[in-house]
Amino acid sequence: MSEEAMATSNEAELLETSEGHELGFIRKYVFSTDHKVIGIQYWFTAGVMGLVGALLAGLIRMQLTWPTTPFPFLEKIFPVAYAGGFMSPEFYTSLVTMHGTIMIFFFVSLGLVAGFGNYLIPLMVGARDMAFPALNMLSYWTVVPAILIAGASFFVEGGAAASGWTAYPPLSAVPSASPGSGTGQTLWLISVALFIVSFTMGGLNYVTTIFNLRAKGMSLMRMPLTIWSLLIASIIGLLAFPPLTAAAILLLLDRHFGTSFYLPEGLYIAGELIPNGGGSPLLWQHLFWFLGHPEVYVLILPALGITFEVLVPFARRPAFGYRTTVWCLVAIAGLSMVVWGHHMFTSGMNPLVGEFFSIGTLLITIPSTVIGVNMIATLWGGKLRLTTAAMFAIGTICFFGVGGFGGLFLGNAAADIQLHDTAFVVGHFHFMIGGVTFLGLLAGSYYWFPKMFGRVLNETLGKLHFWLTVVPFYGVFGTMHFYGLAGAPRRYYNLTQYGYLDSVNGWMPLVTTSFAAAMVVGQCFFLLNLTKTFLGKRNADNNPWEATTLEWAAASPPPHGNWGPEAPVVHRGPYEYGNSDADEDYVHQCVPPERVIALS
Amino acid sequence: MSSHSAEALTSDATFLGMSWRKTMMWVFIITDGLLFAGFLASYGFARAAAPEWPDAHEVFHLWFISLMTFVLISSSATMATAVAAAKRGDHATVKKMILATIVGGTVFLGMQAVEWNALFAQSVTLSSNPWGVAAFGNYFFTITGFHGTHVLSGVIILAVVWLKARSGRANAEGVEMAGLYWHFVDLVWVFVFTLFYLI
Ligand code: HEM
Ligand SMILES: [Cu+2]
Repeated sequence: MSEEAMATSNEAELLETSEGHELGFIRKYVFSTDHKVIGIQYWFTAGVMGLVGALLAGLIRMQLTWPTTPFPFLEKIFPVAYAGGFMSPEFYTSLVTMHGTIMIFFFVSLGLVAGFGNYLIPLMVGARDMAFPALNMLSYWTVVPAILIAGASFFVEGGAAASGWTAYPPLSAVPSASPGSGTGQTLWLISVALFIVSFTMGGLNYVTTIFNLRAKGMSLMRMPLTIWSLLIASIIGLLAFPPLTAAAILLLLDRHFGTSFYLPEGLYIAGELIPNGGGSPLLWQHLFWFLGHPEVYVLILPALGITFEVLVPFARRPAFGYRTTVWCLVAIAGLSMVVWGHHMFTSGMNPLVGEFFSIGTLLITIPSTVIGVNMIATLWGGKLRLTTAAMFAIGTICFFGVGGFGGLFLGNAAADIQLHDTAFVVGHFHFMIGGVTFLGLLAGSYYWFPKMFGRVLNETLGKLHFWLTVVPFYGVFGTMHFYGLAGAPRRYYNLTQYGYLDSVNGWMPLVTTSFAAAMVVGQCFFLLNLTKTFLGKRNADNNPWEATTLEWAAASPPPHGNWGPEAPVVHRGPYEYGNSDADEDYVHQCVPPERVIALS
Repeated sequence: MSSHSAEALTSDATFLGMSWRKTMMWVFIITDGLLFAGFLASYGFARAAAPEWPDAHEVFHLWFISLMTFVLISSSATMATAVAAAKRGDHATVKKMILATIVGGTVFLGMQAVEWNALFAQSVTLSSNPWGVAAFGNYFFTITGFHGTHVLSGVIILAVVWLKARSGRANAEGVEMAGLYWHFVDLVWVFVFTLFYLI
């Protein structure tokens, strides 16, 4: 079949179903190829995984705050991990590992990149679906087993993987190195491999859809910033994941086929000399961070794009510095490929190499700052509408500032030798990969909820949610910065045994945990809001925020095939606000030039 | 088809003049290439760090490897002929040339098996070898093995295209995409060949 014929038959099917030939429940909601259903599936999956990750974090906090207090009720739930009422050290390291893995791969990646990416890309570029809908469905159904396998790894002998989300060898390479290094680590590798496969399929789809399926008139420089950020994030993802795949394959060979890619000579594990030799654990660190650093930008860029997107309609002004922002996104992407060494300053690298990585890292703060300043400048002099979505977007800018500020210290090799692997790093990256992404996700959720479900979320509950998320967040992770400055190492099971921490151990962990509890309460308001709104009536019209981008031209929620018989045609840039000639203060992307003149 | 088909699913947007299927193939090739880049960079890292390395002239039969390389490169030439013929609509040549490419790929795989066997006979394996340089076998078998599986999947893809061509269902773009993949696999071999056998 020729390509055109394929395209048209696809088109015909989409239109047919949108004209009432209903699909069965399973095809419509479970094994759906509709990008909107897949996006929502990802969104919900991410939500559930976020709760699971938070639960693990709760256990970590309890251990760090009350390491010497027994918890008999937890022994009833986890008889092995809490034998005698105390958490076992192995369980603690598994918790830290799986908390990081779940939050990064199965919460933030799924929610932001997969969830909003799938939902928004076709709608915002004016396509009827992704370039390859079946591949899209396959990508979701590849992540599901990845999640199940990660979850199941808690229940195998030795427990879940315990070498951190970074899976450093030899802990990850020698099955006998720790209880979690056995089956748990193998399952971890399989789970992450499935995730990578799924993300590669998703990335292929995103890039091709954005390049090839844009509506008439949607030139690249008319694309909303969300789409730009997702495009650039997908490209860095596609470039950075394959070397990690290579690294994971080598790790698997080391674990099961007797190779020594990561294993040096003369290594004693549990008192026994292992037979391997000739490899280097540093190889893993290089390959891992070559992915790992770009990966954090894969997550942060969509969060920034979404934040910008949400700010504009509530500031009622055009995005400040649209072009600069696009080029800064590109610059960040480029620079993010050459800074991975800043995670390895203490690995014994040559100071000159360290200097190279320091400079690269400090350079990357320039485009990052420009984007932040552009966002603030967008608000400047705007007619602010402080909805919950807008407030979350503003919160994102604040977190980005704090995280970047910590990053300046860490990016400096001399300072990092003191700060590396302390709670300071944990504070830094939680503001970024935890805070910016989480708030970006929430800003996007409040903003696009009417489009996704035809209902507007409750504003009062939303504002409670906002304040009880943002304020405690500063409490939790701000405190962690100071705990790290005091010298508290990360990933340690019990810090009461270090005398030099006595002056802070009494209160800092408790402050952190109390704020964490407040944040949990805040999220309950979100769950309440969701429940209430889903039970309530449909109350959203097509464009409740008076916004200009394409998705608001579709029905809320949009039908299968998105646009009815006529696909949209784009006549202008994405953010035309504050136009005093027209009746309204905004001009939608689909409005042709003649009509604006007629209106004025 | 339906009256709506004028307003096609795909707009006329293309990327550098390519359809979305071809864009996708290129993106895939780039990612796959980076996978090999990861392997080869690790290999370079390990080899630079190793105090000694077995001499390629003693380990391998270089004339045999050169022959293998020649076969693979020739199969790229037959593939290019097939793609050109597909563009002209010359179906007979397409079928012949794809078949020739399949034969080339299969011969290459057979020769690789022979080479591996010769190494096994000298007790050079994935995890150990007589020179005590574990990294040599580690990288050699992993990377050539990975490349071999790529050749194998290329042969399978070509077989599918050939079957389609025989029943007249192949189109020029399909042939071209299979060709892109095949040239990529050959190109990777050039790197493998240079890095393992020549230096
Ligand atoms: C302003 C730019 C930034 C700078 C200068 C910076 C710098 C650094 C440095 C030097 C480290 C290593 C610290 C150490 O381990 O000793 C680090 C760790 C980290 N950063 Fe950033 N960073 C920046 C932005 C970000 C962003 C945007 C994210 C995520 C979205 C992020 C996520 C992380 C994570 C996850 C880690 C810790 C990884 C681990 O060891 O588990 N950073 N950062
Ligand atoms: Cu980094």
